[in-house]
Amino acid sequence: MKKITEEQIIEAIKNLFLDAGKFLPEDVYCAFENSLKVEESPLGRAVLEQLIENKKIAENDGMALCQDTGFAVVFVEWGTRVIFDGKDLFEAVNEGVRRAYKDGYYRKSIVNDPLFDRKNTGDNTPCLLHFEFVPGENVRIIAAPKGGGSENMSAIKMLRPADGVEGVKRFVIETVEKAGGNPCPPIIVGVGIGGTFEKSAYLAKKALLREIGEHNKDDRYANLERELLTEINKLGIGPMGFGGRVTALAVNIEYYPCHIASLPVAVNIQCHSARHKEVIL
Amino acid sequence: MIKKINTPLSDEIISQLKCGDLVEITGVIFTARDAAHKRLVELIKDGKELPFDIRGAVIYYVGPTPAKPGQVIGSAGPTTSYRMDPYAPVLLEKGLKGMIGKGKRSKEVRDAIVKYKGIYFASTGGAAALLAKHIKSSEIVAYEDLGPEAIRKLYVENFPAIVVNDIYGNDLYEEGVKRYKINE
Repeated sequence: MKKITEEQIIEAIKNLFLDAGKFLPEDVYCAFENSLKVEESPLGRAVLEQLIENKKIAENDGMALCQDTGFAVVFVEWGTRVIFDGKDLFEAVNEGVRRAYKDGYYRKSIVNDPLFDRKNTGDNTPCLLHFEFVPGENVRIIAAPKGGGSENMSAIKMLRPADGVEGVKRFVIETVEKAGGNPCPPIIVGVGIGGTFEKSAYLAKKALLREIGEHNKDDRYANLERELLTEINKLGIGPMGFGGRVTALAVNIEYYPCHIASLPVAVNIQCHSARHKEVIL
Repeated sequence: MIKKINTPLSDEIISQLKCGDLVEITGVIFTARDAAHKRLVELIKDGKELPFDIRGAVIYYVGPTPAKPGQVIGSAGPTTSYRMDPYAPVLLEKGLKGMIGKGKRSKEVRDAIVKYKGIYFASTGGAAALLAKHIKSSEIVAYEDLGPEAIRKLYVENFPAIVVNDIYGNDLYEEGVKRYKINE
């Protein structure tokens, strides 16, 4: 059986976050260029041009794209035929995060206690690890640093099954409209439908990892994604909320079976600095 | 057309700025975000002196990344302003003139901007590497223990921003959306 060492995990995590923080994914960059073709608002266009310029500066000078280098969210899909040769996987991932945020001169944005102490942990740990066993002999790791501004505009609601498609649409659009310019539009909207309370939120987060332009494999959900994107871009919020045509670059839906009594819907908003990077070990 | 303005801000400069104006700011500005605001307002409540002269000052809502060797500052884009809404009116009353951030302000803040003749600018969130290029010097003036949330005195040159809330009660977020919203 294949073995993966603690040191391999640390190195992989470190490199993923170092890259993710500085290099904007190509699909996001292309979406900026395409947005320039349709954006009518002069302020909106000025914002898009700044974002393109910012991408180039970050790349050339090795600087963080955004000062909010985020909560270190990590997805690990671990093949059941792979052995972990080490003591503590969670600690190995944390060590990788620690090294990336130090070597990358990234901001440390995590406080130890949400309510009372709120003292900065100083190394951006702990990370947030989503771990899943999958069949096979590979380990897939995705690093997705998540900024606080867009995370704060996210929402979850337990709808009634009777609310149906219209209820879902209303909740997604309401959430985006209420967020306005706060989450740094143009945004990507991750929608998780079904499962339980926490599963819908997880699906919404996972939906953000999808490449822009790629749709759900189920045509009904793919059509709902397209319809929601059109509706959201009619809201007029525009780049940074200054008014315009391009409020969202994509709406991505993930779904899961759910209880006969339930229709959970979660909306996770991603700012335009949609950073993620993956590796297969 | 871009309006060039210098800090500290006078009532005369502010009276010429209108919602939607593109500006370039040159001069000293101070950084402060959540934790620093909490401390500043506590000082005011206790009748104590603030760690910098707030009269005519501009506060930039930012928590930058650390500077690499040879850099003045790391990436430094604006953070969302509404979190500072509970504190901003008190600071405006004490003489604060300008705020740079992103996102909509509360009614209380918008009213205080009109009442105390202040101004609220937005810069492009996430354009943090680009905005850092306009920061020419940086020194910590208070609350070093807060790390990225410490209060820094920055000298900026031609720092790009947009007027959101002016003393005439206008709001760019409301007007912009109204102009581009498609109603069916």
